[in-house]
Amino acid sequence: MSQTRRQQLAARFRAFLPSESVIDQPTSLAAYECDGLSAYREQPLLVLLPEDTAQVQQIMRLCQEQRLPVVSRGAGTSLSGGALPHAEGVVLSLAKMKRILQIDELARSAVVEPGVRNLAISEAVQAMGLYYAPDPSSQIACSIGGNVAENAGGVHCLKYGLTLHNILALKVVGADGEIFEIDQRSLHTDGYDLMPLLVGSEGMLGIVVEVTVKLLPIPRCARVVMGVFDSVEKAGDSVAAIIAEGIIPAGVEMMDNPAIRAAEDFVHAGYPVEAEAILICELDGTEEEVSAQIELVERVLLAGGAVETRLAKDEAERLLFWSGRKAAFPAVGRISPDYYCIDGTIPRKSLAAVLAGVRQLSEEYGLPVANVFHAGDGNLHPLILYDANNEGELEKTEELGSKILQLCIHHGGTITGEHGVGVEKLGEMCIQFSDAERNQFHALRECFDPLKILNPGKAIPTLARCAEHNAMHVHGGELPFPELERF
Amino acid sequence: MTSELDDISIEDELQAQVGAVAASGGEIEIIGGGSKRFYGESIEALPIDVSAHSGIIDYDPAELVITLRAGCKLAQVEALLAEQRQMFGFEPPCFGEDATIGGMVATGLAGPRRAYAGSIRDFVLGIKLLDGRGQVLQFGGRVIKNVAGFDVSRLMVGALGTLGIILEVSIRVVPLFENEITLVYEHANADEHIHWVNQLGSEPYPISASLWHDGRSQLRLSGSEQGVRQASALLGGDRIESDWSELKEQRLDFFDRAEPLSRISLPATTPDLLSGKSQLIEWGGAQRWVCGEVDIAALRDKVAGAGGSLCAFQRHASDVPRFHPLAAAMLRLQRNIKSSFDPAGIFNPGKLYPGL
Repeated sequence: MSQTRRQQLAARFRAFLPSESVIDQPTSLAAYECDGLSAYREQPLLVLLPEDTAQVQQIMRLCQEQRLPVVSRGAGTSLSGGALPHAEGVVLSLAKMKRILQIDELARSAVVEPGVRNLAISEAVQAMGLYYAPDPSSQIACSIGGNVAENAGGVHCLKYGLTLHNILALKVVGADGEIFEIDQRSLHTDGYDLMPLLVGSEGMLGIVVEVTVKLLPIPRCARVVMGVFDSVEKAGDSVAAIIAEGIIPAGVEMMDNPAIRAAEDFVHAGYPVEAEAILICELDGTEEEVSAQIELVERVLLAGGAVETRLAKDEAERLLFWSGRKAAFPAVGRISPDYYCIDGTIPRKSLAAVLAGVRQLSEEYGLPVANVFHAGDGNLHPLILYDANNEGELEKTEELGSKILQLCIHHGGTITGEHGVGVEKLGEMCIQFSDAERNQFHALRECFDPLKILNPGKAIPTLARCAEHNAMHVHGGELPFPELERF
Repeated sequence: MTSELDDISIEDELQAQVGAVAASGGEIEIIGGGSKRFYGESIEALPIDVSAHSGIIDYDPAELVITLRAGCKLAQVEALLAEQRQMFGFEPPCFGEDATIGGMVATGLAGPRRAYAGSIRDFVLGIKLLDGRGQVLQFGGRVIKNVAGFDVSRLMVGALGTLGIILEVSIRVVPLFENEITLVYEHANADEHIHWVNQLGSEPYPISASLWHDGRSQLRLSGSEQGVRQASALLGGDRIESDWSELKEQRLDFFDRAEPLSRISLPATTPDLLSGKSQLIEWGGAQRWVCGEVDIAALRDKVAGAGGSLCAFQRHASDVPRFHPLAAAMLRLQRNIKSSFDPAGIFNPGKLYPGL
């Protein structure tokens, strides 16, 4: 794409956008080259920063006319390359649209623009005793528009659901620049329920310009108990035993030994560095309820073989217990020049088998892996430690990551629990879905965006790409794990 | 108990039938137990009975997920879950003992707990589908967190079979509650109830259902022994014995009339739009039932103005569209979605809207 073309287009956009809302200087464009998956980089033609819905509509009309690829971007914290720019397209940043438009205390809902940060919503309604439940670990930075695009999760999903479960309405600018709304404030939908299609669609079905979120009353009391284990298997089984007691913890997280050590070195949360695994289990509700349940959970953990349990004695210690888990990624970042975060989901009963498989792969590839696990909902985050400065090590890491995801599929799981497909897992999409299923995805996309200008090349691989991918990975005419039932 | 659920797959037969109908340019009406056949437009097409496609594919209570063939009888599945002290969180109505899991998903109808626990859509995790080309497709999975590909499985909830035949579905289940009680209060009019019940929502009470009719509000609390006891002490009211399945199954006297029944869905805090009419309000104000003759077109305008919609649920004149009309652009989009699954329009044609 020539510099002339860039300047011509910039002028067209400046006809209706403030000059500073159109970024066309290579030095400034560099800030948008990648998202949280920084191994992939691309310079876009332009970056556009609209200030309101009408500007988004005008942008989409011009992009449609010019057949320009449009990559929407929130805070750019995606871990799967969902906001990776297109070299011949524009990045549509929603960062300037960050107003909280309305808070309805009686209805327990808020209408916000897509650029509002996840945590800013809870902060704005805290005085009313309310909060917005989904809490991805990037919640300080990530925006609600990005949360919708990725169907973001967090550590409290098991009890409080994903983004999908906490959204009441969306206002969307379609690929043609026209507005459509999905309004489920009445808890009813006429015709097809488009909400689950839009939420998690990775910017391929429309540009979300307003989000109505559900707010919940802040639980009166939250307490945390830590279980210390000499095997990951016992820790995993204990999660099943807690659930068998009819308890749904607000959060239950597991870390293996390498993750425990890294976190302890970093934040000094008082984690037992000799343990093979720890479980951090949070219960919330009323004072009496939580006291009764936490006692029961302690008994279950000990019966399940915990060598010890530790009850956070006050709020400060509760936050300390969490601090290690929440800092697990940066903690691993301290002990290794680079790390690569994998995001598979498995049925919980397969945990021991999958972790054994991960360990074996880790040895095979000679790359250490630390594991953190949203144990309640089966979402596993192996962190592969590598050094990008070593020739070929990134490629080796990616191959190991792909093997781990295939292991998740093999055990009846999925290649992404909460980080999205983006550009990162296109190859694995070829394994998880058949040609007919991927065709259905493409057909749905074309219902919303016939010219395919919204985030092209992401999330859903083309048949040609899969043919190429599977040809590379087929051994003796068989796909990996041919016995696998892909449900 | 498990043995009572037949373990029979008729997937191959259904696939052959769909293939034959598609080849001959015919149309199919998908029938499960027939208990909710009244819901939506009545259609004339070749009935295909899918209720024989039955059996549990997978159920491990500790995973909180059950995977079933769509012909499984809902009542049997609920009994099986109860044996493991689990249940469906959305409290689905049966409307007849033959109700199937497929019908439950296709209609998307949920019971009193809907406003507090979520809809069927919220709990569906994966689906196996027979599309209009006779292809078997699978979307979603058996795990709670899954963002691989568009979430097609949840699109099937409430689609009334117009996108394909549901063969199997994976649904998240929840633990049964330890304790459940009902409290009753006097609220002379609907607005009093609506305001009161929404104000309660700002506190973390374990409310699992609410109901207002004829000057009386009922509140159901479900949760742990301690949680329910504490909330009940704070909430006051008189404790009564109440069978909420009478509401769920629409067996209350209110529903037992020969007159047309309309369902009005509104943002829960919307003030009463129907004062003077006999109505029953549930879901914290979001679902309001009216029994009797109403000017449907006029009421639809009024309800739409408040962000809601009206469904001519039962016993309306045949020329009244069952569902609230869609805007032209939205109807066009939805027709395109229908065509992407069912290009020849063979499944339940017109069950939702003309062309859907």
